Amino acid sequence: MLQTIALLMENKPGALLRVTGLLSARGYNIESLTVARTIDPQLSRMTIVVDVDATLRAQVIKQMNKLINVLQATDVTDAPSICRELLLLRVRAQQESRTAILKEAEIFGGRVVDSSTEGFVIEVTGEGEKLDEFVDVMRSYGDIEVVRSGATAMPLGSKKLKLQPPVPTRAELARV
Amino acid sequence: MSTQLMNGATMLLECLVREGVECIFGYPGGVTLPFYDALYDHPIRHVLVRHEENAAFAAEGYARATGKVGVCCATSGPGATNLVTGLVDAMMDSIPIVALTGQVSTKLIGSDAFQEADTFGITRSCTKHNYLVKKLEDLPAVVHEAFYVAASGRPGPVLVDIPKDVFQGKGHYQPVGAIHLPGYKVFTEGHAGQIRRAAQMIWESKKPMVYAGGGIIAANASEELREFVELTDFPAVNTLMGLGALPAEHPNFISMPGMHGSYAANMGMYNADLLIALGVRFDDRVTGRLAAFAPHAKIIHVDIDPAEIGKIRQPDLPIVGDVKRVLQKLNKLLAELKPELEPMYAAARREWRNEIQSWKEQYPLAPVYSDTEIKPQHLVAEIDRLSGGRAIVCADVGQHQMWAAQLVRFNEPRLWINSGGLGAMGFGLPSAIGAQFARPDKLVFALVGDGGFQMSIPELATIAAYGLPVKIVVLNNGYLGMVRQWQELFYNNRLSSVTLDCFPEAEKLAGAYGFKGRTVEKPHELRAAMEECVNEPGPYLLNVKVSPYENVYPMVPAGGAINEMVMGPPQPVSA
Repeated sequence: MLQTIALLMENKPGALLRVTGLLSARGYNIESLTVARTIDPQLSRMTIVVDVDATLRAQVIKQMNKLINVLQATDVTDAPSICRELLLLRVRAQQESRTAILKEAEIFGGRVVDSSTEGFVIEVTGEGEKLDEFVDVMRSYGDIEVVRSGATAMPLGSKKLKLQPPVPTRAELARV
Repeated sequence: MSTQLMNGATMLLECLVREGVECIFGYPGGVTLPFYDALYDHPIRHVLVRHEENAAFAAEGYARATGKVGVCCATSGPGATNLVTGLVDAMMDSIPIVALTGQVSTKLIGSDAFQEADTFGITRSCTKHNYLVKKLEDLPAVVHEAFYVAASGRPGPVLVDIPKDVFQGKGHYQPVGAIHLPGYKVFTEGHAGQIRRAAQMIWESKKPMVYAGGGIIAANASEELREFVELTDFPAVNTLMGLGALPAEHPNFISMPGMHGSYAANMGMYNADLLIALGVRFDDRVTGRLAAFAPHAKIIHVDIDPAEIGKIRQPDLPIVGDVKRVLQKLNKLLAELKPELEPMYAAARREWRNEIQSWKEQYPLAPVYSDTEIKPQHLVAEIDRLSGGRAIVCADVGQHQMWAAQLVRFNEPRLWINSGGLGAMGFGLPSAIGAQFARPDKLVFALVGDGGFQMSIPELATIAAYGLPVKIVVLNNGYLGMVRQWQELFYNNRLSSVTLDCFPEAEKLAGAYGFKGRTVEKPHELRAAMEECVNEPGPYLLNVKVSPYENVYPMVPAGGAINEMVMGPPQPVSA
């Protein structure tokens, strides 16, 4: 079963390896992984989606929390959280379908980030299922190419991770 | 306040001195040349072993015998990779060691330079934590952090990889203030409410059993354990890693549980209604088939590592904390509650004690003797006699290890030194070197099989060179005995590649290194030979030829339940 884990960890060489090594040592396949530093450049935030046997989920979290570089690992699979993913989709569009494609993109809250006579590149963010639907819809218009970022999650509610945007703003960086 | 200008190698030694290191086990090489140059006239003692793996094992022996952090050192590439088995061993048994490895210069890292290996990557999973130091100014903080991480919380191995140019760089030693590890959590105190509930459960039990392990020894909590056991008068087992936690001669001590544990210990675990698990990890060699392990028992599990709680068996009452602190608080509460709660089930517990006593009498762990050949148990009993519960016994891995665990008494912690979790053959002899350096006052036995001994023969040179009075006793059955036992029992006695022919003559072998050695094979010669071995002021190699086909019993076959022990070989049916 897919488990979503949110981690706050030190931004140090090898920290990522320790977390992923813990999963690969147990033969778990990582479905997606996103990582970026937080406002505090010493720390990173990571979201991993991994296929783990339901009975072992708690153990995996405990083992992650044991890692010296990990400040906190939280299982957000069933916890209140916001989970988003970025998708870039290139679709080859015939003249007659261009307007329809733009309409569909709008329905999904997509944004055209590149447009040419060949077609469009559309950027969409949302939950994974919504993006799957968008891909299905676009496929019906012609050849597509898709790049997805993988899920990035922010836990809500009582399970506290420091609430910080994953990337510092320019002003914040200047202060650091 | 900084010290004079020094190179990285000297700075490393400065750190080690401040950590109280007296002795390093190591082997030099190309990139550690600057370090060895600094060691040349330094008061820290360097012990030159003959293989890096044995440096790690010796550091473990030192750490296991004292509780202090053991230190080993190796060069880059092959030196570092040779440490790996020792690191994994320390990881499995939670032994605090710091491994220092040289690395090629920072500019060469990643260029497939001579003797380059990705030590940081290779050792990531076999250390509690590891470091690659790329700047000299980071070195002091990293080294002090390494010692702190190795020794605190659940102890373990930490590796520090140091490139040659960092050793050579010049700088000032800056004393390190508080160690800042935001992600490192150590829970020591134990939850007061949980401890209170534990005290209640303890007095409400009718068939309690204390299941104490290596955590007691790591936490130096033997006194607290003894106090607990005497306060409650509960029976107690010590796991393989916990032998000596409660003195073997303590009236409440039963023996080791598990695959080769005693009948009483296993039946006690199986029938208990409360297991008080202290610093143990429910290893498969203890539990047997998990579904049938202590099926009627409630479990109180005390461990400093939260990840151990519920890893194998979900406890009814978990307490995360240092078992020493937890036991201190628990003992205090138990004493307070005793007048009120003890009498409630005292009668039931008396009956339980009698039941355990009858199991003990029914199937005692007793040595086997023969007039015609030396039984391996006979040899182990001799070691027990000469030790009197006070000598350090460093075992290798296999049948001899199990017989020693069953039959040798350990009346103090840190006397029984063995590779418990990893089961690394070749551990016995080098760990005895480390233990003897740590405890020059102690009689140290290296009790090894003929297989493991031949993995560590090079270290005879180390023993000879330092004149270490280690008593090497080889339990020689001519086989890889434990593997042979399994081939006999589970593979139709098809003995595949387990015969160890061509064992060297002990007298000549030891003589070649300049110390005494001897082979015995007659039972009536054993006693005198053992005494000669122990009375020799220097090292001694005693090769004891024992009956080749003896098996270790009792035995819980792999995947079996602990109450379904095989007590001995099938007996001939009388007509």
